[in-house]
Amino acid sequence: MTEATENKMSFRARLPAPFRHVDPAVLIAFGCILLLLLLGSLYSSNFLSPEYLLQQLKVASFLGVIAAGMMLVILLGQIDLSVPWVMTMGAMMACAAAGSGSIGTILAIPFGIFCGMVFGLLNGFGVAYMRIPSMIVTLATNVVVQGLMVLYTGGFSPQDSAPKAMRWLATGFIIPGVPNAILVWAAVSAAMVFLLMRTTFGRAVYGIGNSERAAYLSGIDTRRVIMIAFAVSGTLSAFGGVLLAGYASKAAQAMGDAYLLPSIAAVVLGGTSILGGRGSYLGTVAGVILITLLQSILSVMQMPEAGRQIVYGFVIIAMLLLYGRAPANQ
Amino acid sequence: MSEWRYWLNEQRGTLMGLAIFLLMFGVYIANHPAGLTVNVAQTAANKGVLLAFIAMAQAMVVITAGIDLSVGMIFVLTNCIASWIVVGTPMQTALGLAGVLLAGTICGAINGLLVIYGRLQPIVATIATGAIYFGLALLLRPFPGGSVNEDLADALTGRLFGTIPSSLVGLLGIVLLVWLPFRSSEIGRAAYAAGSSEAAAFMSGVPIRRAKLAAYTLAGLLAGMGGLFLTFFTYTGEAAYASGSGYTLWSIAAVVLGGVSLYGGRGSAVGAIFGAFAARTTGDMLFVFDVDPLWQPLLQGIVLLIAISIGAIGLLRVRNRLDWFQ
Repeated sequence: MTEATENKMSFRARLPAPFRHVDPAVLIAFGCILLLLLLGSLYSSNFLSPEYLLQQLKVASFLGVIAAGMMLVILLGQIDLSVPWVMTMGAMMACAAAGSGSIGTILAIPFGIFCGMVFGLLNGFGVAYMRIPSMIVTLATNVVVQGLMVLYTGGFSPQDSAPKAMRWLATGFIIPGVPNAILVWAAVSAAMVFLLMRTTFGRAVYGIGNSERAAYLSGIDTRRVIMIAFAVSGTLSAFGGVLLAGYASKAAQAMGDAYLLPSIAAVVLGGTSILGGRGSYLGTVAGVILITLLQSILSVMQMPEAGRQIVYGFVIIAMLLLYGRAPANQ
Repeated sequence: MSEWRYWLNEQRGTLMGLAIFLLMFGVYIANHPAGLTVNVAQTAANKGVLLAFIAMAQAMVVITAGIDLSVGMIFVLTNCIASWIVVGTPMQTALGLAGVLLAGTICGAINGLLVIYGRLQPIVATIATGAIYFGLALLLRPFPGGSVNEDLADALTGRLFGTIPSSLVGLLGIVLLVWLPFRSSEIGRAAYAAGSSEAAAFMSGVPIRRAKLAAYTLAGLLAGMGGLFLTFFTYTGEAAYASGSGYTLWSIAAVVLGGVSLYGGRGSAVGAIFGAFAARTTGDMLFVFDVDPLWQPLLQGIVLLIAISIGAIGLLRVRNRLDWFQ
């Protein structure tokens, strides 16, 4: 053990009990969220109002659902680059099902999500059983899904407006004042925490991320675990698409393009190692909120797109340099 | 084994890339109504060369077991810069050319510094720098426009002696000037060593840091050359996000088709060039087979999926299941 980690541990040992077991990366991420809120409130007093914060959480929930799946894949040391079009497909297929009749309307949301699961399974099969690097498989799947959707929207006249159920899921209220999208995100989060912390599947995910060989030798069916993880990621991407289509009340080409980089960034900023095996779900939640707040502040400041991209890139690099660095010695 | 068999084994990926390209190009030409004419070759070369530059850039980094997801954005940024400064008198144009290539090199060097001295993971670091480069491109060209020295552009996209596509000659020149010296130098061999086993290379005193920095920097330079060529083809600069991310994704595909291992240490930039030409030929093939343009993205994706699945055939030879987890 190096001197640096000993120092870090002694620092953590001095913290009050509830914080002692929290990943320092998660603490920094939450600290940055507070900093952003503070900066925002200097700019406009609306920033700390409950309405604004709930609105931010609602916008964050689409990214949050997708990032939950992405985190599972990154914990394995893999990556899912098929998010943009699997997400668009989820939205388009749900709308298409709703346009096909009364049974279709009932099945719209499950059908959209099911399509995402199919392509997630395809990704997982390629990565786990054919041993092709995940970056390549998911890249190819993304192009295939894009091709299917171009064919669908160009070849037939598509139904692209979201049915009532989807709009209700994203913007309706079960609890007064709290949009349903937030509840959906909370439910997905609770399921993820349960999956990662309380099931053998979750422990296997961490194990495989640390050393796939060791996990295999200790009797874990590593290929099945990897395939299921990709299936979950595809499912949640499509679910995110369904939610977003409900929020925007329609599905559109390339609506998922803006979600690939933020979903990876949110997971990594939340302290999950891109090499796999390390990270907590709380960190991912922090990362999602952090990125949403950053985007919101830049748009409130009416920063043009160019400036937003530049600031966004600088913030990610700065935060990675702060705590996303690889160990120093070779 | 005699000397040439070692050489053949080393070049297996590159030769695979060449074979895939020749096969596809053969099918394409056999079905082309005009056959192999000078015009057909020129169009195919001009389209292929753009991706070839980006694929070479990607190959440089992939050989060191890294990945550069910002190559497409460097390509877009240098395109926008070129549309401002590669104009005017020959002297001004020459300065402009130098400026564009320098900009590409700096972008690559920043990636390298962040990955090597910042100790960031290449995937996330280059995603972030890619956003910055694209933002800068948008600042330069909020709307498509600009111009370029047209004499130079026509010379580099036309034909030499009426037959040879000059863009191909340009690409060959870059291979001879950049890739071959790099590969045969100490730095180049260190890049391969870092890619196949970084820990072993480090312990044997191989200068892996310098090698990786050189690889990322040269990748920026090559992507900048791609951006320059794009300006020569289109005469304008445009900050198109879809174009940048598309080129990044297809550069990875081209590298794989060209037999460069994503785990590093294997393959060559020449293979990546063949991979790029093969990737471009898939699009052209749909044209000669008179396929509805709507089917094009889907068929391209399926070709890509099949091509990468071929790489999985090696699994059938695995005797010990532990070999899966290399």
